[in-house]
Amino acid sequence: MKTPSRHTALARRSFLQLGAAGIAAAALPLQAAADAADADAAIREIFGDKPLNEGRVSVKLPPIAENGNSVAITVAAESLMSPDDYVRRIAIFSPRNPIAEVALFKLGPRAGKAEISTRIRMAGTQRIRAVAEMSDGTLWHGSASTVVTLAACLIG
Amino acid sequence: MKAGLALLSAFCLTACGDVVADTKSPPAQPQPLQSGYEFLQPQTQALQDDDFANPGFLWIDRGEALFSTATASGSACSECHTDASLPLAGAAAHYPKIDAESGDLINLEGRINLCRTRHQNEAAFEYESDELLSLTAYVAYLSRGTPISVDIEGAAADWYARGRDYFETRRGQFNLSCTQCHDDNWGKKLRGDTISQGHGTGFPAYRLEWQSLGSLHRRLRDCDAGVRAEPRPYGSDDYLAVELYLAKRAEGLEIETPGVRR
Amino acid sequence: MATIRIAAPDTASAGEVIELKALIQHPMETGYRSGPDGKRIERDIIEKFEVTYDGETVFEADLQPGIAANPIFTFYTRATASGPIVFKWTDQDGESWSETHDLTVE
Ligand code: HEC
Ligand code: HEC
Repeated sequence: MKTPSRHTALARRSFLQLGAAGIAAAALPLQAAADAADADAAIREIFGDKPLNEGRVSVKLPPIAENGNSVAITVAAESLMSPDDYVRRIAIFSPRNPIAEVALFKLGPRAGKAEISTRIRMAGTQRIRAVAEMSDGTLWHGSASTVVTLAACLIG
Repeated sequence: MKAGLALLSAFCLTACGDVVADTKSPPAQPQPLQSGYEFLQPQTQALQDDDFANPGFLWIDRGEALFSTATASGSACSECHTDASLPLAGAAAHYPKIDAESGDLINLEGRINLCRTRHQNEAAFEYESDELLSLTAYVAYLSRGTPISVDIEGAAADWYARGRDYFETRRGQFNLSCTQCHDDNWGKKLRGDTISQGHGTGFPAYRLEWQSLGSLHRRLRDCDAGVRAEPRPYGSDDYLAVELYLAKRAEGLEIETPGVRR
Repeated sequence: MATIRIAAPDTASAGEVIELKALIQHPMETGYRSGPDGKRIERDIIEKFEVTYDGETVFEADLQPGIAANPIFTFYTRATASGPIVFKWTDQDGESWSETHDLTVE
């Protein structure tokens, strides 16, 4: 019993195999581009060995990012932002990107408000970390995570 | 990776059945009509809605500047196109259309290049050049909110039929037609992506994947490449014909340039 | 050639904390990507973004390739005196672009 539908079934299977190869190939450039860097080391390099206190820093990210090429992020630090009590520096770190440091911001009492929004690259689902250094030299730490849905690789 | 494969196969079981192109019956039109915007995550929609942060405006600003700058051998676009004479607001919603002088089908890019060569004594811009993308985005933006409405009668009829044929023909190693994805499976997941109805109403659009603004033809090249078919050249007759078919199919939706897509 | 967009108030009262937004057209090429020809695209990034106002640097950022293409920043400063706010971007080769916004403090 030879019916055209059998051919269709066969074609279907080979379509799937092709799909698997396509997925593997297309996923490579973003994922295997470089080894993930060490975020802890990057934090020490910028801020030294002082202890990281949890709190006073908040990181806002969307729960889901459709494309890791551009993800909106807001980092804020609690501070009076007065002449003698202010945020000196804030840095953003990614534990999964090829370079852990994403950006380092220098503020001062004149900022009035220690809050920065930007858009960052995320090489996959991860917990983004932020560190704020206060005028008294203490370090504060906060983080948030996002699920990064890679764009369908079948369709560029 | 595994989950992705499962999604792909689930998709394939519904999409890989036989579809026979039948150009006599009326073409399929997805109902209700929905822009690609509706299939985006709220964050991506918010970026499109933000007239400051939407990166497409970088190109629109550049286009606006080019529009009012005189060229070496001709006058600025803005000298001929003012609010009072040859205004361009709403014009983009009626493209592609037949150019009366040559009888050819032209899209907005082609129309702008005709003004370059006919009215400004300048060479045409290369397709996908920053200049042409910027001007096209600016002129399309002047029609943001205008419902699409194109003429497919007369000389346009053959182009429309050709576009429909391209849309309904299976191609590539995956042997899939545009219609199988965008008419039969819109709303379904294709790995991490949601397939939309495949309208061109946001273009030129800023794709996060491109990290840049790009033309509708660039998007079409991505779809053709996605099924492992040879993408057609930018500005090719095939893509102009598909663009006309897409515009007719999207009638009722509004131009939303600059769209933001994933 | 880089297109720049700035959003900032034209007027503010003394002491008021104002929001500043800056967007610039730049690929922020990471150096980890391959082009259509399979060749690696060279790194090309803006490394510094600096904002001066009323004779002082009020905001400064050191950028890495982890910042998305066409970088955008939203941040704050306290209005002190009328004068220009200067936004300046410098890339890895030292090329720079800048834009000035005049603020009137009442
Ligand atoms: C395997 C399924 C598939 C096929 C076949 C396919 N596309 Fe697509 N297309 C997609 C996906 C996935 C996207 C991105 C998400 C979406 O639909 O907007 C897309 C996007 C588009 C868009 C942009 C929609 C928007 O709002 O940004 C257009 C236009 C489009 N396709 C047209 C076509 C045309 C024309 C063809 C045939 C030449 C085609 N597609 C073939 C899956 C497909
Ligand atoms: C010297 C005058 C002149 C200049 C300069 C000029 N145009 Fe035109 N443009 C026209 C005329 C006249 C038409 C009507 C069609 C025709 O006669 O070619 C037209 C038509 C158009 C249309 C189609 C309008 C419609 O309703 O379909 C667009 C879009 C357009 N021009 C854009 C531009 C752009 C962009 C530039 C600058 C790159 C430009 N034009 C420069 C004279 C000019």
